[in-house]
Amino acid sequence: MKLKTFKLGGVHPPENKKTADIPVVPVDIPKRVSVIMSQHLGVPAVPVVEKGDKVKVGTLIGEAKGFISANIHSPVSGTVFKVDGVTDATGYRKDAVIINVEGDDWEEKIDKSETLLKEIKLSPEEIIQRIKDSGIVGMGGAAFPTHVKYMFPEGKTADTLVINGVECEPYLTSDHRVMLEKPDEILVGVSIMMKAGKVDRAKIGIETNKPDAINVLSEKAKDYPGIEVVPLKVQYPQGAEKQLIKALLNREIPSGKLPLDVGCIVNNIGTAFAIYEAVQKNKPLIERVVTLTGKGLKKGGNFLVRIGIPAKNLLEKLGEEIPENTGKMISGGPMMGKAINHLDIPVTKGTSGIVLMSEEESKRNIIQNCIRCSKCVSVCPMGLEPYLLEKLAEKDMFEECEKEAIVDCIECGSCSYTCPSSRQLLDHIRYGKQNVMRIMRERRQQ
Amino acid sequence: MSNKLIVSLSPHEKGELSVEKVMWGVVIALMPSFAISVYTFGFDAIKVVLLSVVFCVGIEFLIQKFMLKSETTILDGSAAITGILLAFNVPSNIPWWQLLAGSVVAIGISKMAFGGLGKNPFNPALVGRAFMLASFPVEMTTWPVPFSNIWSPATDAITAATPLGRLAEGGVKALGALTDPPVEAVDYIDIFIGKVGGSLGEISAAAILIGGLYMLYKKIITWHIPVFYLLSLAGFSGLLWIIDPSKYADPLFHLLAGGAMLGAWFMATDLVTSPMSVKGQIIFAVLGGLLCGAIRIYGSYPEGCSYSILIMNAFVPLIDKYSKPKRFGKEVNYG
Amino acid sequence: MNPVILYSVGVLALIAAGSAIILYFVAKKFKVDEDPRIGEVTEILPGANCGGCGFPGCSGFATALVKGADKGDISGLACPPGGNETMTAVGEFLGLTVEESAPTTAVVRCNGTKAKAPSKLTYEGPTKCAIAHTLFSGENSCPHGCLGLGDCVDACDFEAIYMDEETGLPVVVPDKCTSCGACVRACPRDIIEIRPRGRKDRRVWVACMNEEKGPIPMKNCKVTCIGCAKCFDVCPPVANAITMGNNLAFIDGDKCIACGKCIVVCPTTAILATFEPPKPKPKPVTEEKEASEVKK
Repeated sequence: MKLKTFKLGGVHPPENKKTADIPVVPVDIPKRVSVIMSQHLGVPAVPVVEKGDKVKVGTLIGEAKGFISANIHSPVSGTVFKVDGVTDATGYRKDAVIINVEGDDWEEKIDKSETLLKEIKLSPEEIIQRIKDSGIVGMGGAAFPTHVKYMFPEGKTADTLVINGVECEPYLTSDHRVMLEKPDEILVGVSIMMKAGKVDRAKIGIETNKPDAINVLSEKAKDYPGIEVVPLKVQYPQGAEKQLIKALLNREIPSGKLPLDVGCIVNNIGTAFAIYEAVQKNKPLIERVVTLTGKGLKKGGNFLVRIGIPAKNLLEKLGEEIPENTGKMISGGPMMGKAINHLDIPVTKGTSGIVLMSEEESKRNIIQNCIRCSKCVSVCPMGLEPYLLEKLAEKDMFEECEKEAIVDCIECGSCSYTCPSSRQLLDHIRYGKQNVMRIMRERRQQ
Repeated sequence: MSNKLIVSLSPHEKGELSVEKVMWGVVIALMPSFAISVYTFGFDAIKVVLLSVVFCVGIEFLIQKFMLKSETTILDGSAAITGILLAFNVPSNIPWWQLLAGSVVAIGISKMAFGGLGKNPFNPALVGRAFMLASFPVEMTTWPVPFSNIWSPATDAITAATPLGRLAEGGVKALGALTDPPVEAVDYIDIFIGKVGGSLGEISAAAILIGGLYMLYKKIITWHIPVFYLLSLAGFSGLLWIIDPSKYADPLFHLLAGGAMLGAWFMATDLVTSPMSVKGQIIFAVLGGLLCGAIRIYGSYPEGCSYSILIMNAFVPLIDKYSKPKRFGKEVNYG
Repeated sequence: MNPVILYSVGVLALIAAGSAIILYFVAKKFKVDEDPRIGEVTEILPGANCGGCGFPGCSGFATALVKGADKGDISGLACPPGGNETMTAVGEFLGLTVEESAPTTAVVRCNGTKAKAPSKLTYEGPTKCAIAHTLFSGENSCPHGCLGLGDCVDACDFEAIYMDEETGLPVVVPDKCTSCGACVRACPRDIIEIRPRGRKDRRVWVACMNEEKGPIPMKNCKVTCIGCAKCFDVCPPVANAITMGNNLAFIDGDKCIACGKCIVVCPTTAILATFEPPKPKPKPVTEEKEASEVKK
């Protein structure tokens, strides 16, 4: 049988998923954690605690503000040390609640037991409210507040829930491990989401480089009506929502529209697990699985990390040092992740992995002239012309950029990855896209 | 950890492909044709190809070093390709100074004057050839007889007409007298493997095909341009052949003879001077094939391949402008 | 006569007549009524099309000037590159008096040189501040400091700003600067400010845009403004030019009398001037301060 995939473009970077067989271990809680208030896409949460307040695990410390925003809960128990700025991954200061840890005292309402609860008692509206209260965001990396996806605008309905178990980024294995270790919880979580979205079928897309996860989930899925596991060809960016819907359902999201416009809701595997915990165990989103890996590390590993724990603690847990020749540290995967300045940054809800790259790997090649090989055109999953957009954006020709559909770019990086002349295609395209989106916003306001 | 961390935008992973790999890949793909030309024309072939490569690379080096005062990029292999292709487009007994003139035009005027690799609108080797054909028409159209004096250098070769030359002068009947002495009819196997007169690289369709398949395998080119170019040439000549086989040569002859194969696989597919989108490449190739057929059959030159590609090169910006790739989500189909 | 010549002459005459008729109608149909003064005012303007006036090009500005003149008021309009000379000429032409404005120049409000704010990271990517700004806080980790990639240099039409290789900071050449504001708009961190040139070219400014509390920026840069307000305290009441806000001092260029007192009290030497301050040696700060007070 021919494997499903998206048709247009795509690349296949070396997978390097060396931590795929390493079970998830929890990371010890340090003496102090810093919980950033803007861990999600949209408006930052507003701190609702003050210096000296006592908090327990699961206590609300940041309240969502505005439609696209998410609650933030204390991942530890202890005393609020201060509410102040901390440098985030990019070096800019962000508001954060810094907590001194005392013991590990959980809110009473949270069910800490491991027993699997299959029965879904809540109504769809209650489920959505619970997702919102628990501060669940997309766990794939973009951290879009999940409840917003289930609050359909007037007249819109969905017919399919798409679950993203693709993990197409090289190196990362956190979703893979969650699928292997918590298959039942994920499937219950998917059932909850199906109920919340009022859909009767769900498709879980998993790339064939994770055969064990496909086996486990499709075996278990037989007990859950409506859930189907679909093996997908290994191809980047299979995990981008537009490409995933195209691969699974052969539906194309029109330019500038959302998955809901083609009757789909897309969520990550990690989100499904978080929703299970939130709805069945009343546990807000206070921890996540993070992969720490890199060619320079002896082992690497997958860790269950409370939000706010500095990334360097993962390395301590692993018992390794930063390799001598480290040239770059990346939060997220190497294709779409962000380069970070140091390992003191706290883990956030969207941190799917930390990748350490050697200096040799991270140095960019010398930029050469464009040889018009059209490789960038052929790998672009959105059918754009990166070489042209690069030139236009570099010359600040934003009107032309808009005409060439620059805003459709999903910033997957396939063009820069593949370019034989090592041109900085995506850097310029991002710059152009930001400006075009600003111009479009200004036009709408007028 | 002693070094400073690098901060950059994603992607942080980089692919395997490089300009050097692409260019030297093309050079490797040209080697089978080179081998056949050496087999056919002997030492002269080696001399012409080597001289041409040295001229092209040398001129690029001199221009970059002394005129532009920029970094030299001669090792990227693109000048070497131009050199080999230029040599493949000339007879094996061409005087060295004519080759030098062609190289100066190819590299100096057609490539470096426009800004070097990637900026040239026309294929440098073809511009060089066109210049040489206009300036030295006699030397460019007198081909030594294959297998004559193979290992003795610089002989005054007896001229042997190419199959296309015969066709242009004598019409389709002349094809019966291809080899010298003219006894047997045109043998397609001979043209295919290269036992005919002609320019260095274009004699053997088989060798070119091997090189072309290698480039396809290495994903240096896509199949669209060569296949559509040859199909369109065959279609055009085939149509005329069906109308009047006594006046027009059959399509297979047109495909195998002359520079059609070399042009379709190595010159039309030149990355720099071909369109970017698949749609554009097909338009480019089909029109190029038609032009080639038209020049061969109606034009005064026997060979139309190089001009057809040069003319289409000029249309590439226009084709690029109007042949956009299919955008995701623009023509929506609810499955 | 040769009929060929006759035919030729006749045909050419016909073509000429036809063209003339077409031209006549086209000119009639597409005639644009434009105030002739606009063209003449455009002639007076420098023709740099820099956009410093806030209008699209010099002809746009000329249109605005003529419109304003019809209402009898062009006071809000100014041509930064042309300066007072141009505006006086325009005013004369339009029959209006133009108030003279003080000459201004661009000033870089960051002194985080390579030595004072050493880089901790290496940036790889296009040399464009706008791109680097979206990526991270800068090689020296200061989120308010100069990124040093030269967007301001690229934006300047008058070659009035260049990058100092040694410091990694842009330098403005006041004599070439027309205060058109292109660099101000280009800078993603709003570091460049248009200030009055000051009497005898004496200017004092706080070369820092950092808004964080003292100790945090000090980790990244030795010459940051820490918001200690010492300069605020010494500023003579006559001038009262310094205001404090967001942990940052600001010197109002219109009020500053360029006495230089604030320069010597600044503990981090974040205040720069175009002249030698009264006591140039930035020795132990307390002594310096006392000395200046004794003098007073």
